[in-house]
Amino acid sequence: MASQQLAKNFKQSVVAALWLSFLTMPLMVIRVDTVEKTITWRWMHLLWMLVGSFVLALVWYFLMDRRDRGGANDGNLNTEAAPSRFSIWLNNPRVARPLMAFGLLFAVAFPFLFSMYQTNILISALIYVVLGLGLNITVGLAGLLDLGYVAFYAVGAYAYALLNYHFHLGFWAVLPLGGILGAFFGILLGFPVLRLRGDYLAIVTLGFGEIVRLVLQNWDAFSFGPSGISNIARPGFFGVTYSVSQATTYIYYIMLAFVLLTIFVTARLKDSRIGRAWLALREDEIACQAMGIDNTKAKLLAFAMGATFAGFMGVVFAAKTTFINPASFTFMESAMILAIVVLGGMGSIPGVILGAFLLMLMPEYMRAFSQYRMLLFGATMIVVMVFRPQGLIKARRKIYKVNTKPAGQA
Amino acid sequence: MSEMNSAAVLAVRNMSMNFGGLRALSDVDLEVRAGEVVALIGPNGAGKTTFFNCITGIYTPTEGEILATARDGKTHRINGMRTNLVCELGMARTFQNIRLFPSMTALENVMIGRHCRTKEGIFGAIVRGPGTRREEQHVVDTSYHLLQKVGLEQVADEYASNLPYGAQRRLEIARALATEPFLLLLDEPAAGMNPQETLELKEMVIQIRHEFAVSVLLIEHDMKMVMSLSDRIYVMEYGRVISTGTPAEISADPQVIRAYLGEETDA
Amino acid sequence: MEYFLQLFFSGLSKGSVYALIALGYTMVYGIIELINFAHGEIYMIGAFTGLIVAGLLTALGWPALAILAIAVVVAMVYSGAYGYTVEKIAYKPLRNAPRLAPLISAIGMSIFLQNYVMLAQTPDFLPFPRLIPDLAFMQKYNSFLGTSDLLIIVTSIVVMAALNFFIKFTRMGKAMRATAQNRKMAMLVGVNVDQVISATFIIGSSLAAVGGVLIASHMGQINFYIGFIAGLKAFTAAVLGGIGSIPGAMLGGLVLGWTESFATGYVSSDYEDVFAFLLLVLILIFRPAGLLGKQRAQKV
Ligand SMILES: Nc1ncnc2c1ncn2[C@@H]1O[C@H](COP(=O)(O)OP(=O)(O)O)[C@@H](O)[C@H]1O
Ligand SMILES: [Mg+2]
Repeated sequence: MASQQLAKNFKQSVVAALWLSFLTMPLMVIRVDTVEKTITWRWMHLLWMLVGSFVLALVWYFLMDRRDRGGANDGNLNTEAAPSRFSIWLNNPRVARPLMAFGLLFAVAFPFLFSMYQTNILISALIYVVLGLGLNITVGLAGLLDLGYVAFYAVGAYAYALLNYHFHLGFWAVLPLGGILGAFFGILLGFPVLRLRGDYLAIVTLGFGEIVRLVLQNWDAFSFGPSGISNIARPGFFGVTYSVSQATTYIYYIMLAFVLLTIFVTARLKDSRIGRAWLALREDEIACQAMGIDNTKAKLLAFAMGATFAGFMGVVFAAKTTFINPASFTFMESAMILAIVVLGGMGSIPGVILGAFLLMLMPEYMRAFSQYRMLLFGATMIVVMVFRPQGLIKARRKIYKVNTKPAGQA
Repeated sequence: MSEMNSAAVLAVRNMSMNFGGLRALSDVDLEVRAGEVVALIGPNGAGKTTFFNCITGIYTPTEGEILATARDGKTHRINGMRTNLVCELGMARTFQNIRLFPSMTALENVMIGRHCRTKEGIFGAIVRGPGTRREEQHVVDTSYHLLQKVGLEQVADEYASNLPYGAQRRLEIARALATEPFLLLLDEPAAGMNPQETLELKEMVIQIRHEFAVSVLLIEHDMKMVMSLSDRIYVMEYGRVISTGTPAEISADPQVIRAYLGEETDA
Repeated sequence: MEYFLQLFFSGLSKGSVYALIALGYTMVYGIIELINFAHGEIYMIGAFTGLIVAGLLTALGWPALAILAIAVVVAMVYSGAYGYTVEKIAYKPLRNAPRLAPLISAIGMSIFLQNYVMLAQTPDFLPFPRLIPDLAFMQKYNSFLGTSDLLIIVTSIVVMAALNFFIKFTRMGKAMRATAQNRKMAMLVGVNVDQVISATFIIGSSLAAVGGVLIASHMGQINFYIGFIAGLKAFTAAVLGGIGSIPGAMLGGLVLGWTESFATGYVSSDYEDVFAFLLLVLILIFRPAGLLGKQRAQKV
């Protein structure tokens, strides 16, 4: 049986490898320069393609067999025969608590243990944790596929950069404003898309994100165009002046606090009346409304809440880099944040955190991979959707404690 | 048995619904009075589900008038009213093709029904003060109580998608009850159930009607259940009401027998 | 007047290319209700394939129009093959999955293909040879209608006419219409739905490749990113016309082409792309079913 299966997979993989090599041959092998009239042949690529696609196809078919045997393609994600050993282990409080305590301790000590360079990388990762958790509200909980999330990030960043440039407003003054502006834009975007089906919504939000970027790029008088804004002030600390490395440490702690706050807020929301309404909206829009939930309100709230976090992070980002321009706010950025949510597990807070660290830190520490980063992100989104739609860590529902004992029943 | 003199909680007059060229409902008149169990029967495609969709605001009827009298005694014209407001007013439904929230637990599905009767907002959810906690606990407790009513307390923490078919149908009823309706709209609640389950379902509906003082409008194909449960019956065919009366009157109506009962016996 | 005509024809040629790409979106959507986000990338791959063929044949010294014809055909074949493969890998395994899954997979595929082309070729703009010569008899119209615009318009008309014929009169075309109307019913009467879906992807992708090669030759340069914006705009065209409707996609392409052309000509050229997106948002708010689409109540 097993060997038969193996032989079948082997044959399929050979066919797939030949087909994919044929498909990629022109682009992988040939490069033409029509001005110099030169043609470069790179036959080595074809060999890699043959071997690489054969191996990948073997893995693909193996996973596909496993998936189909598990019956996971009936659309029901909740029939996990056995939760993965990893998630059981992670959910055991005797493992989770010390792990969390250690993690927190490590995080607090980090700037003293590692260089400023490392700290800066970690700040970026933390920013993406918050962005991921924010988008997780809109996409993971409420099921609204928002592909223009980066627009709210841009709104926060430009709000701080411009207010700082024109009026010398400080970080702490603009920070709340960034969140409010994010929420405002979230609602602004929410209104037109309220009545749209999920897939239309995706494309309109994508268009919205592009509009914001194009306006920032072209409206020189307002946003200084493609050259952006530099010399943005770092966060102030009671008027004390400090060095760049101290500033990095300071921003690091601000971000750490922010991450904790975001986890707290999103965790509370998730298991609240509002969070349940979002889930219901995601699961079945018609039933949700028929059960008395105002879909319009729930959607707007989800957009606004998600966008608020992006607005906050925009302000922090501008203060951290001290320079921003429209190139930081392309669709690829939105896609990256979405990849974090998808890989980690839609709706799952620990999942999204793990996803952010994996996707942000891996390319940093595996420099060889960094040019393949977006390629891998794209592939990740496909593979996760096909083989593990619940992501790395599956979202769990809360088990509620019932107070009243059943009256008169066994 | 029926309270013939009590006021109508739902009065539909001359309602029609067109889909492009198709007339799915045509001049339908229907009334449900307080405390009644009314059945709506008819062959597949007669327009029964469309009728439900029209009175719950999922479709806006092309013509006609729908009047609903809420528990506070006020009468509202609800043509094209938003679905969630219809539910908030007190008309809650189940779906012919079960529409639960699959990745939520059974208990949570019922808790969703409590949404429009509770108030907690974003701020309350984040701070989770004593008021919020009290409200939240109350939601949990009443929802659990409703699960007991439909016999599902054992599986309160199971995902809805993992429940057997009959349990899913009962869960939909509990979820609808959680919205505190004055009128419960059941769309083929016994579909796919075996005779034993159907019998239990019938007992359950009777009990619910007394305990929660709701009126019931029921679409159902199981004639035994319809005949023994309902006070009055409306028969539809091709979008029209072709007969109405008590179960005894209906089963004696030759037009009904030809149009519906005759077909159903060999189905 | 001349300026107006110039804008009119440039809008028409742009619009016909949008229409060619929009057809792929609309056909796929009609059959599996999925926005194929990777469709813009298929168009881009068509343009690159065309460039490679053009480069090879130019080196052999072939005449320009012959090169163009061969480039278009090879690009159609390759794009069709990509479209077929994309469906098999990223969408077919997700036919019964929750509704967000294939969308996310589609976005992943789009990102993957963009970066694949960037890595396999180059991140920079590549010059694309001008394969459309200036024809002599066009001289007196050149002030408002270039030869390449004319060729684009004519080719698009021919291709779309062929598509209409295919859909109306061939067996596969009928199967497609049946599947679009009611997939379960089509299956019951013996239509091989998998085959229909594959055919839809192949045809839609080949049409996009035609647009890709023509536009690339017209613009004179390409890079891996051209599919993103073109795809978004073509999608706008499809929605504008009424997604799922084939004449709608053609009409939507033209309306969008003219809107852009006149708006950039008479209002401001900085915001060319913004106009398209604004149009998209406005239609979706005021007429979500599009110009020719039917408003359908969802069955419950
Ligand atoms: N949204 C809709 N669009 C078009 N036709 C519909 C729609 N909903 C229902 N119909 C049609 O209305 C008729 C009645 O359907 P329905 O109310 O579901 O019947 P029943 O519930 O009595 O079996 C059917 O012919 C059905 O196809
Ligand atoms: Mg029905």
